Amino acid sequence: MLDQIDLSMVDWARAQFALTAIYHWLFVPLTLGLSFIVAIMETIYVRTGNPEWKKITKFWMLLFGINFAIGVATGIILEFEFGTNWSNYSWFVGDIFGAPLAIEGIMAFFLESTFIAVMFFGWNKVSKGFHLTASWLTAIGANLSALWILVANAWMQSPVGMKFNPETARNEMINFWDVLFSPVAVNKFLHTISNGYVIASIFVIGISAWFLLRKRHVLTAKRSILVAGIFGLITSLFLAFTGDGSAYTVAQKQPMKLAAMEGLYNGSNGAGLVAIGILEPSVKPGDGQDPFLMKVEIPKLLSILGYKDSKAFVPGVNDIVNGGYKPWYVDTPEEEKESAYSVAQKMEKGKLAIAALRDFKTASKAGDTIMADISRKQLEENFPYFGYGYLSKPESVIPNIPLTFYSFHLMVALGFYFILLFIVVLYFLNRGNLEKQRWLLWISLWTIPLAYLASQAGWVVAEVGRQPWVIQDLLPTIAAVSMIGAGSVKTTFWIFAALFTALLIAEIMIMVRQIKIGPKDGGQ
Amino acid sequence: MNWINAIWNFYLDGFRAMTVGRKLWVIILIKFFIIFIVIRLIFFPNFLNSKFQSEDEKGNYVREQLIIRN
Repeated sequence: MLDQIDLSMVDWARAQFALTAIYHWLFVPLTLGLSFIVAIMETIYVRTGNPEWKKITKFWMLLFGINFAIGVATGIILEFEFGTNWSNYSWFVGDIFGAPLAIEGIMAFFLESTFIAVMFFGWNKVSKGFHLTASWLTAIGANLSALWILVANAWMQSPVGMKFNPETARNEMINFWDVLFSPVAVNKFLHTISNGYVIASIFVIGISAWFLLRKRHVLTAKRSILVAGIFGLITSLFLAFTGDGSAYTVAQKQPMKLAAMEGLYNGSNGAGLVAIGILEPSVKPGDGQDPFLMKVEIPKLLSILGYKDSKAFVPGVNDIVNGGYKPWYVDTPEEEKESAYSVAQKMEKGKLAIAALRDFKTASKAGDTIMADISRKQLEENFPYFGYGYLSKPESVIPNIPLTFYSFHLMVALGFYFILLFIVVLYFLNRGNLEKQRWLLWISLWTIPLAYLASQAGWVVAEVGRQPWVIQDLLPTIAAVSMIGAGSVKTTFWIFAALFTALLIAEIMIMVRQIKIGPKDGGQ
Repeated sequence: MNWINAIWNFYLDGFRAMTVGRKLWVIILIKFFIIFIVIRLIFFPNFLNSKFQSEDEKGNYVREQLIIRN
């Protein structure tokens, strides 16, 4: 059957989804963060009554509006792709995704659309308090919209709160709160939105730095840097904290992803964290050679971060493929407590689960309720390994290690750099000579693209690191994709590439023009 | 009915007073046309909806796919 699937379709559908998600994520984080920065600035204006703060608020609100307008609805294309390219997956998860995405749609429409109108049209027409409330509700609404999307994504990384129904071939939600409050969902949401706050802070500081370099709007720039610097410092520390939480859940739920993030081929007790490293491209897992050309390692830190125990065993790629190690995961299945299954064993169980689904269907059709019940039980017992039944070889569970490793280390390094930048900027601002530090102002300006780079790298870690799974352990890409040819996917890939690039260019051009004009007395 | 008029005038005045916003609305409308008319209708039919009428038929098809792809 697999020979009937156009394998290039899988690659093109993945590439198209990646392209759409990457471009969509260029617009979203600034909306998430800048909405809060604007609300904070307006709060200062309302409390002080100082018109300078109104001018500042309206300037950043305009840039927020440009970004929001250009980015709106770019995410809807992802839903189109689910229905066309990933129909098996869409059906398989339908009931789980339905609730979060419906709530997201309603929230986005009513909260954001309504209150954004008050934000932009309401100056001098509604009271200051009502306008401020609208600004805060816009920020909260935008972030709550992100919550539901991220809950859906987290469920794919760690499916919980559902039961597979063999009669409908769908997963059905049995506990909404398990889905909403799974540790993966909580950490993913907090880590992702705090990333948006950091990007927005760097955006505000970078553009304000440009004003200082040009000696224009100096007071506006300094006050903007004050708000963004404090907001950025607090949220970047929170970002690091939630990053630790995310890494912990990855260690627990997606050990292969953790092994790829760290380039860990062979596991050990008291494993160290690679701070800096260069992988030897020719060495593959199972070669028995050191995968690093060079590395600087912090002893025992990976065990501590992943399992909260300096002696914990962190499995490497080879361990996970071959099994046989004693897992340290908090909720290790009873049958694997002493010795983890190899991927080959999981593949056998996956095939049993798929066979049970087939037998259930046959028995149901024949009206054989006893056989149907036996098959259902066998399916339920082996369902945690369902997706392994589609793998052709054990090594299929290994993601792209260099891409995951370098993306992870780039993200972490930039994350610490951002914390340092916020501290240094605030230090010189406090001393009153920030505008004389031209080197720092240039660095601040050029950190804007680095903030986006770090953010995209984070998503590469999250999504490339979990391959081949669309839903962790339950559905690989090969089983999730629709039985269609790659032709139209290739065409739309290039249409999307052109459309999104045009939107991005339009956004940059309009923003640059407005930044050059700068804040105006009385607003835009 | 006064409140309906007030809301209508609020939006009308807001749109009339826009400067940068007008350009953005043009971009939004072009984008919506491309996304919802060109892309959605021509290139992204819902695969299951285009082949099957009922939920049972869709479920049977996907179950069949899940069985035969291993």
